[in-house]
Amino acid sequence: MEKFSSHTGTALPLRRSNVDTDQIIPAVYLKRVTRTGFEDGLFAAWRADPEFVLNLPQYKLATVLIPGPDFGTGSSREHAVWALQDYGFKVVIGSRFGDIFSNNSGNAGLLLATVGQDDVEQLWKIVENHPETAITIDLEAKTVSASDGFSCAFSIDDYTRWRLLEGLDNIGLTLRKEAEIATYEDNRKSFLPTTIPARTSA
Amino acid sequence: MGKTLSEKVWDAHVVTADDNSELLYIDLHLVHEVTSPQAFDGLRQAGRPVRRPDLTLLTEDHNIPTIDVDKPIADPVSRTQVETLRKNAEEFGLRIHKLGDLDQGIVHIIGPQLGLTQPGTTVVCGDSHTSTHGAFGALAFGIGTSEVEHVLATQSLAQRRPKTMAVNVNGDLPAGVTAKDIVLALIAKVGTGGGQGYVAEYRGPAIEQLSMEGRMTICNMSIEWGAKAGMIAPDETTFEYLKGRPHAPQGEDWDKAVEYWKSLRTDDDATFDLEVDLDASELSPFVTWGTNPGQGVPLSAAVPDPQLFHDEVSRTAAEKALEYMDLKAGTPMREIAVDTVFLGSCTNGRIEDLRAAADVINGRTVADSVRMLVVPGSARVRLQAESEGLDVIFKEAGAEWRGAGCSMCLAMNPDKLAPGERSASTSNRNFEGRQGKGGRTHLVSPVVAAATAVTGKLTAPADLPVLSDIAGVEYKTPRSTAESKEN
Repeated sequence: MEKFSSHTGTALPLRRSNVDTDQIIPAVYLKRVTRTGFEDGLFAAWRADPEFVLNLPQYKLATVLIPGPDFGTGSSREHAVWALQDYGFKVVIGSRFGDIFSNNSGNAGLLLATVGQDDVEQLWKIVENHPETAITIDLEAKTVSASDGFSCAFSIDDYTRWRLLEGLDNIGLTLRKEAEIATYEDNRKSFLPTTIPARTSA
Repeated sequence: MGKTLSEKVWDAHVVTADDNSELLYIDLHLVHEVTSPQAFDGLRQAGRPVRRPDLTLLTEDHNIPTIDVDKPIADPVSRTQVETLRKNAEEFGLRIHKLGDLDQGIVHIIGPQLGLTQPGTTVVCGDSHTSTHGAFGALAFGIGTSEVEHVLATQSLAQRRPKTMAVNVNGDLPAGVTAKDIVLALIAKVGTGGGQGYVAEYRGPAIEQLSMEGRMTICNMSIEWGAKAGMIAPDETTFEYLKGRPHAPQGEDWDKAVEYWKSLRTDDDATFDLEVDLDASELSPFVTWGTNPGQGVPLSAAVPDPQLFHDEVSRTAAEKALEYMDLKAGTPMREIAVDTVFLGSCTNGRIEDLRAAADVINGRTVADSVRMLVVPGSARVRLQAESEGLDVIFKEAGAEWRGAGCSMCLAMNPDKLAPGERSASTSNRNFEGRQGKGGRTHLVSPVVAAATAVTGKLTAPADLPVLSDIAGVEYKTPRSTAESKEN
């Protein structure tokens, strides 16, 4: 994973709440076995509408997404994060995020900056009035600032922030604790099930 | 101070902890074709093996057809994904239940059915409805593909400790009201984000009275109100369900296990970070009108007026939902006509769900305007249902009897709604396009699904004319209700 310290780019306002991961990428795009190339599935159903905000020329180059509350609810599909990244988004600023979507974003290197809904509303107004406004998200300082002077703090859990700042490979990190895992395994309860060998069902 | 159920299970699985996270050991990892191919690729690229093939189980469910299951999968992209899972199983030495296999089925149906889902265990799967397994007092939650790879490689996951919540469901559930109605009413009350950051424990008399199937329905939908997981303390109902299943402990191990399982209760002096109360005795059949599972009302109510929502976010969401659903505020829910009824999914595709729906539809017929799909959650549920004659009841009523899988819950296979079509569905999500692009979904219980199939409009069984009052109705041979462990 690449290290993330700060990002500056223009932003796209998505005035919708409860954008579930089925909307971010419909299930039909999940049949692929590859890890890249999901940008065509991003908001696929809504993109059919030429008026949809993603289709507006002033937001074509946006790298920061600002949706309404409860973004990324529903299905665990990490493809939702991949589609956002493949399309070009580096940061999502919002007031509330789905739990699994949050974990997936941290693991895939997409920064979720959690701010108050009041700040989201302000940012929406700023980027709707001036789509060219540069928005800077500073992960070191945990701040969101706009080139017009707006600034606010965002929250992120320390663990995810540390991994993003360091660009750490989670599996590599955990495998450093291999000895502890092995010790835990030695002490597991004897009656716990295993999947093999399978006793045949009657 | 005492501990809650979730804290007990959590603490028993901490491998190591630091300030920011705890490394949790995973007892059971369920894997399916859709969220795993990139994880196996990651292992291959890093040259890593699967650490515990003996704690890993693969099955095919999301993508597979429910008809012509003995033929090659027609959609080449779906076929490739299923074949990729099979190749990965072979390469990494993992047990897989393929399409056509007796133990194939939806991941969340086969784990409990095989007796692999046990109290006090940790269960993960690259699927948000992994919360289902919490019905056994397991700590079970959905993960993304990066985490699937992580668990395959390390059999553990670094997690932040969630907060605890009690959902107290007091009172007795009235006749005709089901577990599905409890959870739909709960989600309408707390909202889709109400559980964010919490592990919920469902408790109280109405929960204790539920069968394991009903408990699974409730825990299944924990994710729909944002909870990380949902749990129910194991009791005699749980032990009775598990005993004798293929992977349940046997002999002395069984006694040791039950002794441990009995300790998995929230201590009397434990406190929850939050408590929510629901009175089961006030509930009635519940249905959704909108495009998220929190947008629901009693079936006896009408489509709500968005203007009556106080906050702007809910009002805007309601307006958008009504537009998508093509509904007008004030329309009685009972007047909404549907084209399709879907009975199945990890929420309501178990044998008890099929029995309940069959009881309603027995001696009646599916309305001419309605297509009804009955999709058992697993191959064994299908066989059990057939041994009880349920397939005959459904088929004679005019419903389609299908093979096992996720099917129209998420429409990754050919079972889907056409644009503009409307369904009453026993699944878990009424999101836009979930059951097919442009399709409209009303979430309902199995008995409401069956009654709706008969009238063609959202209907509760109590709304149907009593069969004995209708001249000329001939009853089918009463079916056997003998319990079986094969479902």
